[in-house]
Amino acid sequence: MSYHIVVCGGIVPDPLQTLEPVMGPAGPSLKNETMLPAVLDPWAAHALFEAANLARNFAGSKVWLVSLGPKAKLQQVMMTVAQKAPFELVPIDGPAGAFTDPVGVSGALAAAIESIAGLDRQRLLVFGGWESATRGAGATMQMVGERLGIVDQFQGVDSLAPREDGSFEILERIEGGRHQVSVCAGPPALVGWATGSLPEPRNNPQVGMLNMRTIMPALQKARAANVAGSAPQFLSVTLPRQQRSTKVVKDLSTDEIAREIVAWIKED
Amino acid sequence: MDTILFLAFTEPDGSLAKPALEALGAAVAMGAPLTVGLIGASVAGAASQVANCGAARFLGVSGEEFGQSRYATDAAAAEAVARAAGATIVIAAASVRANRALPGVAHRLNGAIDTHVTAVAGGPSIARWYYRQRMEAAVGRTARPWFILLETGCHAAWSGSPGEVSVESVAVALPPLRTIVTGVRSPQSGVETIRPDARLLFVAGAGWTKKQADGQPHPREATELILGFLNKTHASLGGSKSLVDLSGEGEAVLPFMTHLNQIGQTGASPRHPKGLSTCCHGEEPHVVGWRFVTERRAVNLDPNCGWARGKADVVYVADAFEVMRKVNALLG
Repeated sequence: MSYHIVVCGGIVPDPLQTLEPVMGPAGPSLKNETMLPAVLDPWAAHALFEAANLARNFAGSKVWLVSLGPKAKLQQVMMTVAQKAPFELVPIDGPAGAFTDPVGVSGALAAAIESIAGLDRQRLLVFGGWESATRGAGATMQMVGERLGIVDQFQGVDSLAPREDGSFEILERIEGGRHQVSVCAGPPALVGWATGSLPEPRNNPQVGMLNMRTIMPALQKARAANVAGSAPQFLSVTLPRQQRSTKVVKDLSTDEIAREIVAWIKED
Repeated sequence: MDTILFLAFTEPDGSLAKPALEALGAAVAMGAPLTVGLIGASVAGAASQVANCGAARFLGVSGEEFGQSRYATDAAAAEAVARAAGATIVIAAASVRANRALPGVAHRLNGAIDTHVTAVAGGPSIARWYYRQRMEAAVGRTARPWFILLETGCHAAWSGSPGEVSVESVAVALPPLRTIVTGVRSPQSGVETIRPDARLLFVAGAGWTKKQADGQPHPREATELILGFLNKTHASLGGSKSLVDLSGEGEAVLPFMTHLNQIGQTGASPRHPKGLSTCCHGEEPHVVGWRFVTERRAVNLDPNCGWARGKADVVYVADAFEVMRKVNALLG
């Protein structure tokens, strides 16, 4: 068995950056958005690492990364991501921020997937993050699946284990810190990954150089996408203003601190 | 005028769980004509449970295949109920089943969806967070049907007396089923540490695995202290990303700590009345997982800890090992 794995992954501001919303005539955006360093969305990154691992274990498999974002940002992020795993980039030039709608974004992603030459739908696994670090809606991948006619969909996935008969066992996160176990007959399927179980691969400059041979031409040819969709009306976008007046306790003994904590825990 | 469909998946025992009743509370509060839609192996019990909520119609999809949490069947059932109801707004609890299936249903109905909603207001408009709980927006939409998935703990649960009600059965055309749900698996450690209904969230930071005053790390004692505290208080356990990453990389640290425990960043944003952080700096972006914890205290050796900057109510500058040892002794 071999797989054609398409990973959908957006780019997000580096999580260590301070973010501030600004309202403009076209709706909200981030202050200095173009200046903020970006990274591959963390959940999408897990999906990419899992895809690369699956492809490595099943000869003849191939991985594509479909990514929506401003071209220049995509290029910046790919300089790092390309060193992590072998893949072919399918870039889409468009907005990468949170204030878009999954309807429009899913349309652009599905169209890009359908445009991949030689993609075998009978071997197709569509991967992505179960949420993003931008909109965080967890809705886009389901719509991509619907547009591609895939009804075997899984979200919050931590494990996909192929079996000898071509089926695979999936572990999905459910309430209470448990996993639901399902068996899917095989591709095509859509998988929204949580964190999976693989550590982030080390940078491999050789893989990076191989990837960049196709990434740079692909970026140059990236088409602009309209992701307007059924755009929401943002009535306000604000930072949480709640600042607690923290009491810093330095002079209590350990016994006193323990007593205070226990009393606090037991309060209604 | 908008019309409302309250949509819910029933529990294995046929009832509606508290998050569903909270979503019903929000639906009723909108004051618009209401339909109840129920999906599950059996829906009669749930219909009786909410018979007096003021709904004009009760629609149901029931059968063994709808008792399983699976995209293909859940989406087909929800689509059929939504089409039968013809409502302009669909409100459901943001459960795993709803989060997985309803975005696809919104697409099938050419509608729109907002998930992880924390408030529903007149207009209507909703509130939800962006960039991992780092900014909050109020959002309105003209697209209909508009699916709204309400987070738990964000609205008072509907309560009322049960009654008798007639449920209209809705026919569903199912696609060929290629996925079988075979069961539920608990964490490999066998230790239950995630308790969404707990009053207290205990967060362990990476400091628990670092060298202590004697120059050695003490992961075994850390394990005993943390699990001992959880057993005594029935608290839920969260972990910083750095700590769960250490566990995932196979290091001999805290064996019961998995990515499921992670809060903030790629982890959960739990809602508990109280939170106690230990050996965790509480700096952005880690702190985003604490956004919805009401009362917050922290224990840290570092007086310049991130929690001392307006994020916690109280920061105790002390050794967490010593404090938790004594806390456990006091808890008996």
